[in-house]
Amino acid sequence: MTAIAATFAWARRAGHHVSFVIGLTLTLFLIGTALLSLVWTPYSVTEVSMALKLKGPSAAHWLGTDHLGRDVLSRIMYGARNSIVVGFVAVGIGMTLGVALGLYAASRRGWADELISRLSDLVFAFPAVLTAILITTAFGASATNAIIAIGIFNIPVFARVTRGAALAMWSRDFIRAALAIGKGPLRITFDHVLPNIASILIVQATIQFAVAILAEAGLSYLGLGVQPPLPSWGRMLNDAQSMIYLQPTLAVFPGVAIALAVLGLNLLGDGLRDLLDPRLRVMRMG
Amino acid sequence: MIQFLLRRTLTAFVTLMIATVAVFVVLEVLPGDPALVMLGMQAEPDNLKAVRAELGFDRPPVERYFVWLSGLTRFELGNSYAYKTPIAPLIAQRLQVTLPLALMAVLFAICVGLPLGVLAAWRQGKAGDYGVMMFSQLGIAIPNFWFGLLLILLLSLGAGLFPAGGFPGWHDDFWGSLRSLVLPVIALGLPEAAILSRITRSSMLDTLREDYIRTARAKGAPHRTVLFGHALRNALIPIVTIIGLFFGFQVGGAIVVESVFYLPGVGQLIYQSINNHDLIIIKNVVILLTALVLAINLIVDVVYAALDPRPKIAA
Amino acid sequence: MKKLLAALMTAALTLTAGVALAQPKDRVVIGASLEPPVLDPGLNPAAGIREITYQNVYEGLTRIDRSGKIVAGLAESWTVSPDGKAYTYKLRSGVKFHNGEPLTAETVKFSLERLFGPDTKVVGKALYTSIERVEVVDASTVKISLKQPDIFLLFNLSIGDAVIVEPKSAATNGVTPIGTGPFMFKERKQGDSVTLVKAPTYRNPSAIKLNTIVFKFISDSSAQINALLAGDIDAFPGFQAPELVEKLKSDPRFVVVPGFTQGEVILATNNGTEANKRPMSNLKVRQAIAHAIDRKELIQAEFGFGVPIGSFFPPSDPDYVDLTGTYKLDLVAAKKLLAEAGYPNGFEATLKLPDVGYAKRAGEVMVSQLGKIGIKLQVTVMKFPQWLQEVFKDRNYDFTIVAHTEAFDLDRYTRDYYWNYVSQPFKDGYAELTKELDPAKRKVLSQKLQKMIADDAVNGYLFELAKIGVWNKNLVGMWENSPTPSVDMSEVHWK
Repeated sequence: MTAIAATFAWARRAGHHVSFVIGLTLTLFLIGTALLSLVWTPYSVTEVSMALKLKGPSAAHWLGTDHLGRDVLSRIMYGARNSIVVGFVAVGIGMTLGVALGLYAASRRGWADELISRLSDLVFAFPAVLTAILITTAFGASATNAIIAIGIFNIPVFARVTRGAALAMWSRDFIRAALAIGKGPLRITFDHVLPNIASILIVQATIQFAVAILAEAGLSYLGLGVQPPLPSWGRMLNDAQSMIYLQPTLAVFPGVAIALAVLGLNLLGDGLRDLLDPRLRVMRMG
Repeated sequence: MIQFLLRRTLTAFVTLMIATVAVFVVLEVLPGDPALVMLGMQAEPDNLKAVRAELGFDRPPVERYFVWLSGLTRFELGNSYAYKTPIAPLIAQRLQVTLPLALMAVLFAICVGLPLGVLAAWRQGKAGDYGVMMFSQLGIAIPNFWFGLLLILLLSLGAGLFPAGGFPGWHDDFWGSLRSLVLPVIALGLPEAAILSRITRSSMLDTLREDYIRTARAKGAPHRTVLFGHALRNALIPIVTIIGLFFGFQVGGAIVVESVFYLPGVGQLIYQSINNHDLIIIKNVVILLTALVLAINLIVDVVYAALDPRPKIAA
Repeated sequence: MKKLLAALMTAALTLTAGVALAQPKDRVVIGASLEPPVLDPGLNPAAGIREITYQNVYEGLTRIDRSGKIVAGLAESWTVSPDGKAYTYKLRSGVKFHNGEPLTAETVKFSLERLFGPDTKVVGKALYTSIERVEVVDASTVKISLKQPDIFLLFNLSIGDAVIVEPKSAATNGVTPIGTGPFMFKERKQGDSVTLVKAPTYRNPSAIKLNTIVFKFISDSSAQINALLAGDIDAFPGFQAPELVEKLKSDPRFVVVPGFTQGEVILATNNGTEANKRPMSNLKVRQAIAHAIDRKELIQAEFGFGVPIGSFFPPSDPDYVDLTGTYKLDLVAAKKLLAEAGYPNGFEATLKLPDVGYAKRAGEVMVSQLGKIGIKLQVTVMKFPQWLQEVFKDRNYDFTIVAHTEAFDLDRYTRDYYWNYVSQPFKDGYAELTKELDPAKRKVLSQKLQKMIADDAVNGYLFELAKIGVWNKNLVGMWENSPTPSVDMSEVHWK
């Protein structure tokens, strides 16, 4: 009963939190667009029709057509799907490995902790784009490799945040008590540490999702992400750049899509943090 | 302090060594034989063998690694595979574009972000604060390369104020060179200004909550004195850390922004070297950049320790 | 004080303006898409090397002129023996290299001997295997003896690979090229530019109007147009962005000149081997693909630049025969052929594209066109090094799109080449062609070969790459066409 009441109270509080509401709306819109593109887009995203090339926005093509006569709106919708997949998988990789490493470092301390900290320093010392460029040149440019590159960069982000939050937990009295009654570090980690740091992880994951979308857009812009003819927002902007004299609107809409998606996730993350625990310290890396 | 310094330097050095191994291993597995690339579609087996030997690719990997490492310590980076000329001057030439770009972008971010952050903290909860927060949310959400494109659309194609790209070279045309860096600096610096304004704001608000500030207030110190005299100075510590981190991001950001504005900087050098399969350039540039980032982080740590004399556990 | 300063400034300004006006313009900045790695054509096959150095820095015994004809170069005249096995060249007198060394028959012998023989390292050596030996007849006469007649030799000795260099500087030509041409190397900024200046050693100095030529390298099409519009570049002989031509045409400062190249853009198709069969090993599948190719749409994607081709031969060549009608655009026929081959629902295949504009554009169009007959293409765009390894060397691909820009490259179909085509009749026919000295009979043989590979639908033949030249309307004498990779500046001057 109290749980339900608490949930209601929380929801009411959330309903009044402006960033949270805007963020949630934009994020749901992004996810909705991506889901819709699975079953329907106004036009084919790959079929070329030269007669229609480089048209501006019109009733038939709301956002115009590109240099091969393909509908920009349809391609942006498909791009949303691509961004979401990249975000989910990259954050998934980073979170799974990063949280595990962070928890382990916090529970063991000593040399394992030192090693993990130094390795995350190493990853941070490489600018993320450079890591991605190295990986994609070594193994070829593809959506998968871009995701892996972004995922790798996410590992130390989560490892650090987790380690910091978990360390704070380990010094708390109730965990000392659990240790005293003979619970092992693994049990404690799963029973007490992880549930207590979950909120910061959720907030961090939302922020990293946004960072991943930005990073993927940057990589695709450099031609290191999703391969043609499938659209991604970054690639569309790259294509648009050489058409800028002919159809400047091409360089506008995909950017708006990126900005709205990232804005939505960031606002959602900030809102969640305020609602869950305003003292949470998140990292903003990318 | 000395012990702290030594420890920090040592870990930075170890990190750099691991980086050399990582870069070497990754680039060794790069598909594509540099000799094949050089000879292109006319490659014949015996030509290939000769070129490989010329580049030293017939030696075992471990030997090549140590040859490279010992060269690095003497700043002898070897010859470019493609151009057949020494690499060091090539990189130096490119740094003449990238370093000013990155420095100016950081300066820009500080000049814009810091005052805005202070303003927001000062006017917390008022229109000014909301304005700054909105700016910072947008600044973080807009990718720098798209922002660069928009700047080109508006200020160079539209208004004709700045060149849409390219770089005349400092020696040939100093003011022209400066002019062609204006848009890239804004594109690179504005998103960082947005982040900085957020951090300045929250870090100032944090300090404002601390006891000594309350004491100062209770003693009747004017709001402005408290804000600039006490809060800002103390808020600077986390801000310095973030500015240090910016340099690292600048390198990544510069690669993308250089490609938007076709600036002949380090980013474009990496890009061209990938096209030429000039592994030796990529290898050295990546390590130099990593060393640069590590050095800056080290300096920041030292500054941090100097600003904040309380003993710190390495975070 | 202020007044004095102002007066000084005005004086300085008028002075500089006056100087600028008084001097006839003799400096040209040329834009180029591809940066040459080195400047010695013997070291590397990159077209960029030849574009800059051929005819400008280095010269050959004979040369290719702007219309593609072979004319006198360092040799005043030459004769071919009736059996086609001996070429005798009479050298021009008074020719000097940029380092002051004179051109002698001995130099020519040294230079030509680098091209053939068992231990030559020159990249183009495959072109010169028919040479048996080079002899000095007298101080100004050189004789080349052949193992067997080779109708392509005269051409191959006229191109950028066969330029004459001299012993003292030959080893360092990659970095500081030394030749006999009207312009000599001055400086190079890697990744940016190469500067040539008028050579004081040139035999006919008054014919050369330009003093300084800067080749500036800009690979990105939007950067190319920005540089042109900003006036940083006077000419872009190989403009890579057909989409931007309209914009340039509307600018009164420039002229846009479409010309021909030797570059056949093909949908290169992996025909597979006995051990490694692919759907495309089946002639019917290749014919189906040929029926599905809509060249009109492909050329529209190139903004109208390009000439449709039906085989592997440049339309500008007198021996060309139009074979674009071999397999007409017919999706019904294409689907029927696919079904007959056992793929009624099509199949999935890879399309690995090099990272160049025309290939990416044509690639996206091919996905759409082959998609209509059920062939689903999985696209990967790769950097050229990776493309060379995966597609060209390892042959790990189904389709790719690339332009073959070498002249007389039909012989690729006789080689063990990346598209895995094996045909004894073609090999026999080609051997016959190389030995035929009669031009009329040669034409018949050549057309028979063109038809053979068109019928076999070895590759998808798309279009001949256009050369789009853009230059300042006051610049006179630029080459309109590209019969061989060269940006010959010897006749260029400002109006």
